[in-house]
Amino acid sequence: MTQDIFLLIEHIQGQVSDISYIMTAAARKLAQKEGGSVIGILLGSGAEHLKDTLAVDKVIYCDHPALAEFTSDAYERTLVSLLTEYSPRAVLFGNTTLGADVSSSLSTNMEFPIVSSCIEVTESGSLISQICGGKIMVESQLADKTTLITVNPGGYKPEAGQSDSTPETIKFSPPDLENLKVKLSQYIEPDIGDVDISQEKVLVGIGRGIQREDNIELAEKLAELLGGEVCASRPVIDQGWLPTSRLVGKSGKTVKPNLYISLGISGATEHTEGVIDSKTIIAINSDPDAPIFDIAQYGIEVDLFDLIDPLLEQIESVKNESSG
Amino acid sequence: MTEIVVIARLVPDLVEELEIAPSGTALDLSWLRVIINEFDNHAIEQAIILKERSGATVTIISPEAEGVEDMLFTTAAKGADRLIKLTGIGEEKPTNLSLAQTLATMIKEMNPDLVLNGVQAHDDITGDLAPQLAQLLDMPYVGYISGVSLDGGKAKAYKEYPGGILAEMEINLPAVLGIQSSEEPPRYVAISKVRQMMNSTSIEEIQSSELETESGVVIKRMYLPEAAERAEMLEGDEKEVATKITSILQDLGLL
Ligand SMILES: Cc1cc2nc3c(=O)[nH]c(=O)nc-3n(C[C@H](O)[C@H](O)[C@H](O)COP(=O)(O)OP(=O)(O)OC[C@H]3O[C@@H](n4cnc5c(N)ncnc54)[C@H](O)[C@@H]3O)c2cc1C
Ligand SMILES: Nc1ncnc2c1ncn2[C@@H]1O[C@H](COP(=O)(O)O)[C@@H](O)[C@H]1O
Repeated sequence: MTQDIFLLIEHIQGQVSDISYIMTAAARKLAQKEGGSVIGILLGSGAEHLKDTLAVDKVIYCDHPALAEFTSDAYERTLVSLLTEYSPRAVLFGNTTLGADVSSSLSTNMEFPIVSSCIEVTESGSLISQICGGKIMVESQLADKTTLITVNPGGYKPEAGQSDSTPETIKFSPPDLENLKVKLSQYIEPDIGDVDISQEKVLVGIGRGIQREDNIELAEKLAELLGGEVCASRPVIDQGWLPTSRLVGKSGKTVKPNLYISLGISGATEHTEGVIDSKTIIAINSDPDAPIFDIAQYGIEVDLFDLIDPLLEQIESVKNESSG
Repeated sequence: MTEIVVIARLVPDLVEELEIAPSGTALDLSWLRVIINEFDNHAIEQAIILKERSGATVTIISPEAEGVEDMLFTTAAKGADRLIKLTGIGEEKPTNLSLAQTLATMIKEMNPDLVLNGVQAHDDITGDLAPQLAQLLDMPYVGYISGVSLDGGKAKAYKEYPGGILAEMEINLPAVLGIQSSEEPPRYVAISKVRQMMNSTSIEEIQSSELETESGVVIKRMYLPEAAERAEMLEGDEKEVATKITSILQDLGLL
């Protein structure tokens, strides 16, 4: 085993994903402690240029038509062969729909222990993970063999993993990639929807705490009074109460309004990663321990149904005063 | 007949206050209220939808936990055919790998076409169960799925990418899929129907092999997040709070 820290560079449709830069930042911290280099693994087809902006020391590039876009099968076969040859100290994967598809099965295949949901590497080289929707933190250490780590967004800014100097490339020959069991047929772009929430200046985000479809009206009224729109967390979208174009977070949109008011949203990292860049966040939740209060500027511990009517009245009366 | 196996787990209810065990390196499970893992619930729904669409036998396997019988009978009321409780789970949460090992041994004998599992569980620190299971079963794995159809030895599944992009994947069966959301929201079943199931169906018990609780990664401590930069909490009755919010909105120039 070497002391090098590897990371799997993620890219979709010719774009390097932010998580790749975030992992680079985390890997640099770990490499400082362990004393090795930071090495990006890039799998693709005619995609070598994607390495150019990453602050890694080297890139191991493997080129094959079957690696043009991510599929778990082709990626896993390639990674098994690559990691067997290089035997790094640790390998970072995004805790994303790409990274999490291969990291856990690789850990089983190669008998490498794995740590999930890491958000930070401390000065002493400990890994800090966030589980239970952000309500529990876990501090762990690398195992005594190659350790796999899935990295959540949020711990580092993508800029911390970017660089202007182009890393050196080492070419890696692909293994046999015939008879794959998983094939990408096509990408389906999302419905654009009636409004683009990523462009809105005021958003009222609703979560499971809204309880029933009928109650969404209350949030819409609030949004309308403030000249904004409603958006939602995943459970609301999964119920079919609002279209997917209004989903905020990991599998939805990233928003950066001047004001984000959240109603009955717990603040799971998959949601907050999409709202963290809002200028002001006001969170309304009946649970004093809700993690949403960790990212909000203002918090109110209250049953939203008790607060909403007085709030709508207050706002209306202020608006009437100023217009009259 | 298509054989579908679903793994359904109970996980800590995050609405409750979570506590750390005296060891300092695990959750205190003794008083914890558990609920079905949301994504496993979607996996169950997806299995039932597939059964309704083109016929299948649906087997649900659940590691034992407080309330697991009720949960299993509920899946029967939704349409599951066979209920299995995995016993022999200790006080401490086993690693997913060892859980996958015991499940793989059981599932191999069932010869399924499709194994569905929630794509993740929020209390996992040792990797995701579904891809580990796929590896041990020597089946392909695709996760973050919202929508599956089966056709002639293949599954067509929609995998979610950031920003709402879907990747349509074609996967050779048998396969393991990690479900993010079912095509329709998980259905509601009346408690009376669940009671009926309690009288008419039975739960098989299968003893797990020895389960590991340590993965090789050293857990130094588990702790509640330190409230360093928490929000400024607005106090008062609803009227007072409404006034405070309104004045913040005015300061922001929104009113
Ligand atoms: C791969 C992946 C991708 C995901 N992508 C996304 C994503 O893009 N966006 C997203 O949002 N989630 C996403 N999730 C789901 C995410 O993990 C959480 O499950 C989800 O954000 C929780 O939504 P919620 O806060 O509305 O519900 P819950 O976590 O159930 O929280 C409801 C909150 O409402 C509060 N509440 C209840 N009643 C009231 C009341 N009367 N008044 C005030 N407060 C009340 C409760 O205290 C609680 O805090 C993803 C998950 C995975 C695994
Ligand atoms: N979540 C999903 N589950 C199943 N099928 C889907 C899903 N999303 C889209 N599709 C199918 O993908 C194709 C294109 O979808 P659309 O772009 O929404 O028109 C159609 O055949 C849809 O039925």
